[in-house]
Amino acid sequence: MQVTDIAIIGSGPAGLGAAIETLKLGAKVTLIEENAEIGGQLFKQTHKFFGSYENYAGIRGFDIGKRLLQSIEKEDIKIHLNTTAYDIIGKEIGILEDNKIKWIKAKKIIFSCGASEKVIYFPGWTLPGVMGAGGAQTLVNIHRVLPGKRFLMIGSGNVGLVFSYQLLHAGAEVVAVVEALPKIGGYGVHAAKICRAGVPIMTSHTIKEAQGSDKVEAATIMAIDKNWCPIPGTEKTFKTDVICLAVGLRPNIELPLSVGCETMYLSALGGRVPIHDENMETTLRGVYVAGDTAGVEEADTAIDEGRLAGIAAAEELGYLAKGEAEKLKLNIQINLNDLRSGPFGIHRKAAKQQLLQKATSLRRNSG
Amino acid sequence: MSSSLEKTGVPSMEELEKSHGFPSRERLMKGPVAVIECLQEIPCNPCVKACPLGAIKVETLISLPELDENKCVGCGSCIPNCPGLAIFLVDYNFSEDEALISFPYEFLPSPEVGSIVDATDRSGKAITKGRVIKVLKNKKYDNTEIISIAVLKKYANEVRGIAIPKGGK
Repeated sequence: MQVTDIAIIGSGPAGLGAAIETLKLGAKVTLIEENAEIGGQLFKQTHKFFGSYENYAGIRGFDIGKRLLQSIEKEDIKIHLNTTAYDIIGKEIGILEDNKIKWIKAKKIIFSCGASEKVIYFPGWTLPGVMGAGGAQTLVNIHRVLPGKRFLMIGSGNVGLVFSYQLLHAGAEVVAVVEALPKIGGYGVHAAKICRAGVPIMTSHTIKEAQGSDKVEAATIMAIDKNWCPIPGTEKTFKTDVICLAVGLRPNIELPLSVGCETMYLSALGGRVPIHDENMETTLRGVYVAGDTAGVEEADTAIDEGRLAGIAAAEELGYLAKGEAEKLKLNIQINLNDLRSGPFGIHRKAAKQQLLQKATSLRRNSG
Repeated sequence: MSSSLEKTGVPSMEELEKSHGFPSRERLMKGPVAVIECLQEIPCNPCVKACPLGAIKVETLISLPELDENKCVGCGSCIPNCPGLAIFLVDYNFSEDEALISFPYEFLPSPEVGSIVDATDRSGKAITKGRVIKVLKNKKYDNTEIISIAVLKKYANEVRGIAIPKGGK
């Protein structure tokens, strides 16, 4: 059986953050990735990132991904691509690689498994042409396939806004971005950018139905009042061939659940989240979560959470002294605190605080 | 109450003029100056570092940028460095009847210098014609170009871009 110090499941920004720190500290690291390449969603992001100029601000998402890859490519790390972690017993991880079942024995496990797209249901939602915005984004930006010509975007969070901009680059038309809430969910600068490019954003609107015989041919939207009731007579129909659902993400917590991590429901973090402390450690010792699995946030916070989990796990294994670890972790925590400030971050900060309190009280009770 | 930016994605003049990134009318009349249309506290600060004269201040990472309009000489260094593509340059005195509007642009093909283009407002609506004066490309800008177009002075506070190519890249 393959033996490793730290197994990281999922190689997006959080997994890479964890890999970078643990390798730097000299730990033996195994990275498990179900896709053909490492990097996760970062390679779908073409816009320049926000944040501090001391970190990644001003660098396009895929270039941040490249930088992260560069910092591990010369390291001694075992990477399993096209590999699914399908079961975990204790700290032994069952993987499916090349159609064969193998087991990896780890001392510590970090779950950085990302998130999945939520959907909404409406008449016609099963027609071909209705798809998750993130899935469509993978088609366009990774596989270079444009699945239609005229897109309707449902949801104005950053995913919906950013992907609308990318669709314009890909030569598609975005007929509208529709948002049920009375205000746009994502950053105003992303919204303003696609408005300048001529894409209307319609808040307090929802999709009524998709029309078409064997694929999407049109969609009807309508205004809703403050009680979320459709307002008759406000229907508008657009000719469209793709309806993208950008209505939120939920943490992928199946693997943490399967090993018995306790969870908590926090809407600010996208749903049910494994309870974790300031070291990203779950209610099970030696099992950590980071990135969207630990609560849906941004790529920059995911990198930092991965780094935190990595340092904490390496510290437990004796790869660095407690004092040193505290110093490294404090710097990351200060950075995370900054990234979770302002109107967009404050609810996530409060939710993370609730998780921390819960983790502390559970640990106290278990003695 | 939601602001115009939150409700539609298009900030109103009132919202913009209230912010500390928007130069005063008097300063706009004097010559080239940066116009920062950043109205939400998000963690971001590259504009501070981009300004060679220290004319942009961001107190903490999430504070809104403050423009020192007397220090700003309108060099435009901030334009390609704003990840949100939210900084513009307005030279009200470009010619007797025209103002020069510079903005970040990320579509292909880029317009040709000298060509007449549809000048668009913050909602993407073509409101007048503009003459392309400059197209600045630089490796450092990482595929964000700075386009400068001349438009009639009365549109100086409204024009913020050009119609993007249909089926463009």
